[in-house]
Amino acid sequence: MTSTETAVAQRGPTRSRATTILGGVVLIGVAVWLFLAFVASGPDIRTTAEGNTIGQFDAVRLLYIHVPLVITAYSAFVVTAIGSFMVLVKKSVWWDLVAGASAEIGSLGAALTLLTGSIWGRPIWNTWWEWGDVRILTTLVLFMLSLGYLAVRRLEGTAEVRAKRSAVVGLLLVVNVAIVNKSVEWWADQTLHQNSTIAEGAIADLKAFTLFFSIVLGLAAYSWMMIHRFRLAWLERQYDRFGIDDAIAARRSEADHAQPVTQGESA
Amino acid sequence: MLSEVLLIAGKDLRIEFRSRVALNQVAPFALLILILFGFALDADRASLTTFTPGLYWVAILLSSVLAVHRSVAVEAGEGAREGLLLSGLRPASVFLGKTVALIAQILVVAIVLLGGVVIFYEATIDDGVLLVTSLVGAVLGVGAAGTLYGALLGGQRARETILPILLLPVLAPVLIAATRAFGDAMGTVAADGWPWTSLLYAFAALYLALGVLAHGVLMEES
Repeated sequence: MTSTETAVAQRGPTRSRATTILGGVVLIGVAVWLFLAFVASGPDIRTTAEGNTIGQFDAVRLLYIHVPLVITAYSAFVVTAIGSFMVLVKKSVWWDLVAGASAEIGSLGAALTLLTGSIWGRPIWNTWWEWGDVRILTTLVLFMLSLGYLAVRRLEGTAEVRAKRSAVVGLLLVVNVAIVNKSVEWWADQTLHQNSTIAEGAIADLKAFTLFFSIVLGLAAYSWMMIHRFRLAWLERQYDRFGIDDAIAARRSEADHAQPVTQGESA
Repeated sequence: MLSEVLLIAGKDLRIEFRSRVALNQVAPFALLILILFGFALDADRASLTTFTPGLYWVAILLSSVLAVHRSVAVEAGEGAREGLLLSGLRPASVFLGKTVALIAQILVVAIVLLGGVVIFYEATIDDGVLLVTSLVGAVLGVGAAGTLYGALLGGQRARETILPILLLPVLAPVLIAATRAFGDAMGTVAADGWPWTSLLYAFAALYLALGVLAHGVLMEES
């Protein structure tokens, strides 16, 4: 057995004690989160001074997944940008893999942000899609740009060339998101989107805590995915670099075993 | 520096002059898009006139993708890339030269297309100065960003499919701003087109700077 195979057989491809614990904590967190979001916290119903009932009612529960998703997605792309920058400065492979792993999770997060936002928008704004909203459009373009980035990562070339090329696109991603955000803001003139629900104080007590808890949980889940995805990428890279050597070594040892040896010696 | 830029731009334009790809293929493609919009919108003159700025710029962006492909393709074969590297020209000059050539070609397509919308869509031009200024600004941005992303993909076989998904979202702000500026210049929207024109030039300046900075990295490596 080669060294890589031994490691894989001993503890699984990307698992370690720390990630097992982190994964367990996230799983328990999901259970607590579901309890908080669906059972413990109530629907958003407020009464105005005139006695009218307003609020988001049960749709407020969607915020407990929408908000952590969007925060996780944008954080992930910040990590991608930092990683891309470090690749160009330090010519580091480690950062390249970090940037790539983070962008994959980020695009998933961006896609799910758009999906959950759309589901939330249907009862609250009475539309699946709102063209006048800056944040929706920015997130959509970010998602598209991230797909382009991931496509560039898959282009052929040596590891160093690919790392550099991806790093340039990764850094441009941030520049582009900033331009798109500004121009769409200008274009749409106004935004339908809520201001930060927390900052406005529209949400309080247990609802605020649930939202806060969900954000922490989202970032923890991101870390867990990130570590596994990074380790997988690392193994892939090791395999690309040493796979041939390992295969040759395995062949050699087979040839050695083919020699007439006694049972005791081969063990 | 300037002579290097002109050398590269001259080379690309000479190739274009002899092969006539932009004029005989890209410009007709752009006109074809206009005609397809006409069919798709049921030849409704009123809506065609109203939406002329947007349709015009969508047609420009789509045909620009073809022009960028062409600009990269002339470097892809026959060891042209290695020749360029060995020429000792500064990467920044190569970037600027190719950008100038690409801009010139897109401008030709844009002028042909302008004739197209006047004839097919009955577009009227109220403010010629605004129209020309914003047109040039937008084409500068498209040319700079196009050359940069084109260089990024270099001789990749997957270039045809990746370039649009990479470039078009990046050009979304250009589409927004140019459409608004044209809307004002053609009198289809009551908006001030000049701030949008400034945005177009800011975008172009940014991408020219980024291209000058990044092209060295991309030219050596990809």
